[in-house]
Amino acid sequence: MRLDPLTGRLMLALLALAALVLGMPALKPLFAALYPALDRPLYEAETFLTLTLDHMALVGASSLIAVAAGGLAGIAVTRPWGAEFRGLLEAVATMGQTFPPVAVLALAVPSIGFGPLPALIALSLYALLPVVRNTIAGLEGVSDAVRESARGLGMGPWETLFRVELPLAAPVILAGVRTAVIVNTGTAAIASTVGAKTLGLPIIVGLNGSNQAYVIQGALIVGALALVLDAGFERLAAWSVRWRTEG
Amino acid sequence: MLTHGSPPSPGAGEGHVRNRVALLLALVGVAAALALPFLGFAPNRLLSGKPVPLWDVLHAAPASAWTALLPGVLLLAAPFLPPSRPVLTASAVAGGLFTAGLVWLAGTHAGTLAATASPAARTSFGAGFWVLAATGLLAMADALRRLHLGAWTGAWVRFAAGGAVAGLVALELAAGRLDQLSILKEYANRSDVFADAVLRHGALVLAALLPTLLIGVPLGILAQRSPRVGRLVFPVLNLVQTIPSIALFGLLMAPLAALATLLPGLGISGVGPVPAVIALTVYSLLPITRNMAVGLEGVPDDVRQAARGMGMTPRQIFLRVELPLALPVFLTGLRVTLVQAVGLAAVAALIGAGGLGAIMFQGLFANALDLVLLGAVPVILLAVAADALLTLAVALTAGNRDRAMTGGASA
Repeated sequence: MRLDPLTGRLMLALLALAALVLGMPALKPLFAALYPALDRPLYEAETFLTLTLDHMALVGASSLIAVAAGGLAGIAVTRPWGAEFRGLLEAVATMGQTFPPVAVLALAVPSIGFGPLPALIALSLYALLPVVRNTIAGLEGVSDAVRESARGLGMGPWETLFRVELPLAAPVILAGVRTAVIVNTGTAAIASTVGAKTLGLPIIVGLNGSNQAYVIQGALIVGALALVLDAGFERLAAWSVRWRTEG
Repeated sequence: MLTHGSPPSPGAGEGHVRNRVALLLALVGVAAALALPFLGFAPNRLLSGKPVPLWDVLHAAPASAWTALLPGVLLLAAPFLPPSRPVLTASAVAGGLFTAGLVWLAGTHAGTLAATASPAARTSFGAGFWVLAATGLLAMADALRRLHLGAWTGAWVRFAAGGAVAGLVALELAAGRLDQLSILKEYANRSDVFADAVLRHGALVLAALLPTLLIGVPLGILAQRSPRVGRLVFPVLNLVQTIPSIALFGLLMAPLAALATLLPGLGISGVGPVPAVIALTVYSLLPITRNMAVGLEGVPDDVRQAARGMGMTPRQIFLRVELPLALPVFLTGLRVTLVQAVGLAAVAALIGAGGLGAIMFQGLFANALDLVLLGAVPVILLAVAADALLTLAVALTAGNRDRAMTGGASA
């Protein structure tokens, strides 16, 4: 069986992640040998599978919210009736991206409290920005000639949007979603400091309790997760370009 | 059918609305003023505050405080005024003054509350304050945008307008009007720690910037000249950017700790500023290298040939033609790098690198929310300041470049 390189890379990353998540307990003797001074060389308060799933749920939910809201806003301001608001939306998105994600996360706590909710809100807000910017840029990049010919074929505005503009803009929009998901994967790890249970938890617990084994275990898995997501988006990007040329 | 610039003419259903963006901002502002707490008042720093609506603040305030909100009247009227230059200029000024006035009002009311409360009581900004302040700034930004000032003038005016608002707030701060707000009470408790943290934060960013420039600039030049180097370097740097910062910090600890036990004389350790600076450098390399290469790539070939025709040596062409023309794109990379590094340096506090992140996380771990603010707000201000300065620098150098390019083309 032959795989194309992109699928191969994704499979490899997935295998590495699965091996780390499920096989970490088997490495307990290794960590015990590396750090003989530690009473507990393996993070066992939760299983790594639970933490990984919680982490992915937080990243997934916040990214979905951002794609829905940011995509709609980006579509709205590229329609004739919403064009007046485009400058405002772009100003908010540009301004917001200068705010460091960790500061946005920290500021969510005084307004909302501790737990997964402030993390979800901060991550959603932060993920909105690249989605909005790339939705606008992608739809903007569709040439007027293409739109004219769609109209010439008798398509209405919504049909043009869904059958012409969005497929053509898909690679650019997808790039924005990718940025959002990758940033959120990292920020979700830091969200353990505001009370969300994610893969950052072993790292934070390890750092606070001088348990380097915990730090390595959490860091390896969250790093592998980021690589899986990156490889997945690389794969999707190639498909979306093909969809665009065939669609 | 995208409309650029000019807004669609108001339809029949929109009545006398002349500026729908200003209308939206005004409606959001009114809703926030009525429905959200302007301030929060807590008996001490660990308890959560009870909401203080804007109405109570205005009720208790002296008549002079009302003048602080006068610019808000113009912002409420702006949606119905014709978008002429004088109206837009006045709206921009009003937006800035309104935001500064809100800060002043919050500080004044905190002083009033402090006069009758225990010294441990805390007055902090509420959601209403943040939303109203944001509508003021956005009204300013939108009015400036509608003035269509051109790239060069617009960049200066936006920078000056942002600077003016920051200056007004700084004046209120210097005059002691804001001393009773919770974030400043927290500051008063830790002013020496805070000053150290700011310096440490800046030092971390700059310490990472130096190796980044020393490696990234030559690497970018090399990558532009040899596609093979580019194909090798960029995938690696891109991959590094996807690794979550906290994971990279964590993974650097173990090898550095091992190195420290092997070579105790080097002063290296697994925690502290050394792994932080290494990680910051690794993350900073991509924007610098990429933008250096993209900037050089963007230099038109006929400009290079014209320079050669004038008898310039390759070295002269590089230093006097290519580098200056690539400067705006390079500075954009520097802007991305600095903004990113300011945020990452805050995360580095988790591995004991110090800086403003240390104050922020200390607050989070101890459930002291004013302390969180004292760490997080300056991080945002630092990032915004770095962004503003370099955005201005990009606009100015791009202006110079475009003038030089058009001059060169006609010569």
